[in-house]
Amino acid sequence: MDPKGKGSPDASGLARVGSTFPDEVMQIVLALLNSHRDRSSVSLVCKNWYDAERFSRTHVFIGNCYSVSPEIVTRRFPNIRKVTLKGKPRFADFNLVPPNWGADIRSWLLVFAARNLCLEELRLKRMTVSDESLKFLSLSFPNFKALSLLHCDGFSTDGLAAIATHCMNLAELDIQENDINDKSGSWLSCFPENFSSLEVLNFANLRNEVNFEALDRLVSRCKSLKVLKVNKNISAEQLKRLLVHAPQLTELGTGTFLQDLTSCQYSELESAFNKCKNLKTLSGLSEVTALHLTPLYPACTNLIFLNLSYSALKDVQLAKLLVRCPCLRRLWVLETVGDKGLEAVGSNCPMLEDLRVFPADTFEDIAHGVTESGFVSVSYGCPRLRYVLYFCQQMTNAAVATIVHNCPNFTHFRLCIMNPCQPDYQTNEPMDKAFCAVVKTCAKLQRLAVSGLLTDVTFESIGRYAKSLKTLSVAFAGSSDWGMQCVLGGCPKLRKLEIRDCPFGNAALLSGFKKYDSLRSLWMSDCKVTMNGCRLLAKERPWLNVEVMKEEGSNESRANKVYVYRSVAGPRRDAPPFVLTL
Amino acid sequence: MEKPVNYGGGDLHLEATELRLGLPGSDGHEKQSSASVKNNKRTSTEAMTEESRSKSNSNVSDGRNGNPDGDPPTKAQVVGWPPIRSYRRNSFQPKKTEIDGAGMYVKVSLDGAPYLRKVDLKVYKSYPDLLKALESMFKLTIGQYSEREGYNGSEYAPTYEDKDGDWMLVGDVPWDMFISSCKRLRIMKASEARGLGCL
Repeated sequence: MDPKGKGSPDASGLARVGSTFPDEVMQIVLALLNSHRDRSSVSLVCKNWYDAERFSRTHVFIGNCYSVSPEIVTRRFPNIRKVTLKGKPRFADFNLVPPNWGADIRSWLLVFAARNLCLEELRLKRMTVSDESLKFLSLSFPNFKALSLLHCDGFSTDGLAAIATHCMNLAELDIQENDINDKSGSWLSCFPENFSSLEVLNFANLRNEVNFEALDRLVSRCKSLKVLKVNKNISAEQLKRLLVHAPQLTELGTGTFLQDLTSCQYSELESAFNKCKNLKTLSGLSEVTALHLTPLYPACTNLIFLNLSYSALKDVQLAKLLVRCPCLRRLWVLETVGDKGLEAVGSNCPMLEDLRVFPADTFEDIAHGVTESGFVSVSYGCPRLRYVLYFCQQMTNAAVATIVHNCPNFTHFRLCIMNPCQPDYQTNEPMDKAFCAVVKTCAKLQRLAVSGLLTDVTFESIGRYAKSLKTLSVAFAGSSDWGMQCVLGGCPKLRKLEIRDCPFGNAALLSGFKKYDSLRSLWMSDCKVTMNGCRLLAKERPWLNVEVMKEEGSNESRANKVYVYRSVAGPRRDAPPFVLTL
Repeated sequence: MEKPVNYGGGDLHLEATELRLGLPGSDGHEKQSSASVKNNKRTSTEAMTEESRSKSNSNVSDGRNGNPDGDPPTKAQVVGWPPIRSYRRNSFQPKKTEIDGAGMYVKVSLDGAPYLRKVDLKVYKSYPDLLKALESMFKLTIGQYSEREGYNGSEYAPTYEDKDGDWMLVGDVPWDMFISSCKRLRIMKASEARGLGCL
C-alpha cells in the first residue's frame, strides 16, 4: 500500500466485509496509512474501523490547541508517539496578540505523562513553553527523540540544558525563531560525552556563544548528524572544522561568514565544502561579502534550498552564486538583491518552485527594494513557481496579470505591498484586477495574502473563483461588509481567515455563522465588529468559541480583536482576564 | 443585495481629512488614528514584558492622534506592519541603524549659518557636556537651562526633533531618553524659542 495513504480503502465496498475483517489485520493495514485525512476518513466508516484506526494512530496533528483537550486526545489515541501542536493565532507573530494569552504546553504534558504516553516527538508552533515544562518533558518520557520549537516563547536556555542533560535518545533539537531568554551558551555542554544519537541540531536562533570544543566533539561523535545549523558566533574557521567531521550533512546553516582567511585556510574551507556532496539546504550566511562566498561553490551543485534571507547580498553576488546552483528549487532572499538580482534568478533557476523576498529594513524607505519588474522577470524564467512571498514597495495590476499568466500553478501567493492601501502606482487604480487575475488563473491556489488598495471587487472574485483556497490573509482592504460576505459565501475549502484593519462589521461577521463550523479559525482585529455582534454569533453557534480580547481604555462596545474557532473542548479554562469568551 | 459604493480611484479618504477632536477609533474609517492610539497603549504594556518587542515597536508605535493630512497609515505608524516577525526585524536593527549602539551622529543646524554640522551624541555624558560642545563648535553662548524658563537669558536656545517629528526644547527629558529619541538638533534664536520656554 502506498505509504502516503493514496490507497485508502473504498468505503462502500469494504464496509460490507468490515465486520468480518480481523482486527489485527486491519491494524497492520492501517499502520501503513500516514495521511491524517485518510485516517479521518477511515475512522468514519464504521465502529470497528474507528477503533482499529485509533489504536494504530501514532501521530496526531492539532492545528489549534484549543480545539480539543489533551484528555480527549489521549483517550481516543492511547498509542500516539508523535504530537504536533499549533497554538496562538498567526497574527501573534506581528505583536497583535498580547503576552500571556495562553497556548501553554504544560497542561498537555501533564496529561501525556499521566496517561503513560510513550512520547517520542513533540513539534510546537506558537506555543508558550516554560523551562519547567521542558524539564518535565525531559524527565517524563525516556524514549523522547525529537523536539522542534518554532515561534514559541516562554523558555530560556536553561530549558534547553535540561533537554540536553536528560534526553538520552535525543535525535532532533530544532530551535527556530523563538522568543527565547538567551542566558548563556552553556546548554550545549550539557550533552553527555557519550551521547551520539543526534541527527538534527538547529540553534541558529541563539545569540550566546556555545563552547566550540564541546560542539566539535559532539559533531564528531554523532555520525548520523544530517542537519546542522549553527549560530552567528561560529566563525568560518570553526565551521570548517565542523564540516571536516560531518561531510555527510544534508542541511547546513553557517555562522558568520565574514572572514579574513589566509590563503591556506581559504583552500581548506573550500576543500571542506567540496567534501559535502550531500548538501541540499544551505542557510545562515549572515554578514557575507562576495569574496567570502566562493569557498561555498563546490557544495552548491546539489543544492535544492538556499536561504539567503539573513544575508544582505547584492545582485552581482547573488548572480555569481546562482550560476553554481542548477538544481535550486527554493530560494529565499532579501530585497537588497533588487530587481537585477531577481533577473538573475529568472535566468539561472529554471527549476525554481518557491521564492521568498523579504524586506531588509522596515523602518526606512529604501530606494533599492524590489519592484514589480523583478517579480515579472522571475515569472518568465521560472514557470514552475508555485510558492511566492514577495515584499515590495510598488506593484501594478498589469505586472501581476503577466506573472500569473506565466506561472499558473501557484498554490501559495502572498504579496505584500508595504505601504497599506497603495494603489497601482502607474494607473492609480485599486489593485483589484491583480488579485482577480490571481484567483481566476491559479486554480490550485491554497493560500492567498492580499495587499494594496482593494475594494470589494477583489473579494467578490475571491469568493467566486478561489475554489481551492484554504487560507486567506487580509489587511487594510475592502470597502464594506459585502467583501467579507462574498468570501464567506464562496471559497468552499476555506479553513483559516485572518483579517485586520478592514471595514467589515457585524453584518459580515454574522453572515458566515454557518461557515465557521468548517473553519479552523477566524481572526478579526481593528475592524468594525462590536461586542453585540459577537454575542449574537456566540448565541447562534454555542459550540464555537467566540473570544474577544479587551484592551484598556478602548471603546466598551467595540470588539477590537475577535478570535472565533470551533472546539470540542468547550470554552477555555485557562483564559487570561483580557480574553472574554462570549 | 445592494452593492455599496466602492472607493473610487481619486478621493478616497474624505472623512480622514477632517480635523476631529473626538476620540480616535470612534469612526472605523479612521484606521490610522485608531491604530495609533492603540499603538501607544500596546507599547507601554509590551515594553514592560518584552525587551526585544519594545525595540521593534518603539519605532512604529509613536503614532499621531488625528493626523490632519489624513493619509492612510504609512508602514512606519502601524503595529505589526509590514507583517514581519520580531525575530527577523531584530536581526537587522543593530546593524542598520545602530539604535543605542555606538556613534549616534545627528545633524546640528544653527539659524543663519550657511551649513550644518554633525555631532556624535554618544560622546557626551550629559546635557552640560553637549551644550558646552555646541557652544564651542558654533562660537556662541547657550546659557542655563531651567524647567520653568527654558533658556531665557541667553541669545540662543537648543531644540531637537524627536522621533515623532515634534520640535522639543533640549533639557526637558532625562539624558538617556533624549539621546534615544533625538533625530536632529537646531539651535534657534532665543527670541523665537521664547514661546517654547513659556509653556
